[in-house]
Amino acid sequence: MNIHTIADHLNSLADNSDTGMNFDCQPISGEIDVLQVTILGREELPIFVSVTDDQILCISYLWGADEVKSECINAMHESMLEMNIPMPLSSFSKIGDKYVVFGALSINSSVTDIEHELAVLSSNALEVIDDMSDYLV
Amino acid sequence: MSIFKKIMTAIRGGASEAGEAIIDANATRIFEQEIRDAGNHITKAKRDLTGVMAEQMSAKRDIARLEKEITEHEGYAGQALEKGDETLALAVAEKITTLESELADQQHALESFTGNADRLKELVKKSERQINEHKRQLSMVKTTESVQKATSAITDNFSSSNSKLLSAKDSLERIKAKQQKFDDRMKAAEVLESENSDTSLTAQLKAAGIGEQSSNANSVLDRIKAKQK
Repeated sequence: MNIHTIADHLNSLADNSDTGMNFDCQPISGEIDVLQVTILGREELPIFVSVTDDQILCISYLWGADEVKSECINAMHESMLEMNIPMPLSSFSKIGDKYVVFGALSINSSVTDIEHELAVLSSNALEVIDDMSDYLV
Repeated sequence: MSIFKKIMTAIRGGASEAGEAIIDANATRIFEQEIRDAGNHITKAKRDLTGVMAEQMSAKRDIARLEKEITEHEGYAGQALEKGDETLALAVAEKITTLESELADQQHALESFTGNADRLKELVKKSERQINEHKRQLSMVKTTESVQKATSAITDNFSSSNSKLLSAKDSLERIKAKQQKFDDRMKAAEVLESENSDTSLTAQLKAAGIGEQSSNANSVLDRIKAKQK
């Protein structure tokens, strides 16, 4: 599995995805290949897909540490830990000063699995921002 | 220090800056070498195990053969005694002694082969556990590095395309607004649809002869006839 196979699949779906979402893919060049996946209507929250030796990582950036109300940070962390298991397929993490929600898939996943993962991850990200907005400035 | 702790310390220590490796490349190479070594150990142990198991089987066969021969010769000795041939019986008894010492040797060998086989099986299992553990740890190191590289690629892309990252709340507002717009359009379409179905209701009423009827040839003729009278 590589990002080009994923991009080809998502682009070929057009209006026919099982998830009801329209995907658009944009490869980003760098030391390792990253695929920027945007979903129609949700362009502000792209998902970044990278493929390593044994897993496929799908990451969506949520907010920066500077967007968190300082008095709320502990409460927010607790909420995120508590939500980590109930949230389907995705988990929280922090990369540098950015909070993220991500999903990791086996390198042997099918393109349909990846499509499902991306759709769920996008919905999770939206819902999390909505539900956690009280903690944010 | 465990790999987990090393990664944690490195991230905390600010090694999350792009380009700075969590674990130096040399350590990763050593690690990969350890995984390869463990793999070689397994291959060798499995090969040895096959050899030992073959010897184990051959020893078992020999033991069965010797036991059979001993029983046979004991029979011969008995028969010789019955015939009163003490000398022959003694010769057979000597043969039995040789067979019994051979049997004892084979039984010793079997014991040692079985011990070896058990040890090798344990070694294979241990190496397999070790290899999986190393692979898991290496995966942690590589994933951390890959995420750092991906992050720097994403950040570079954003700064080069000059697109500003919105705050989470702004993004959400925009997406919600788009969703609202879409919902409004759907609603408008529904309204239009229902207006259309109003028209179709009129048509149905008309077909049933209810409501305003359009004139037809007969009614026109009736009207003309009425005028002539």
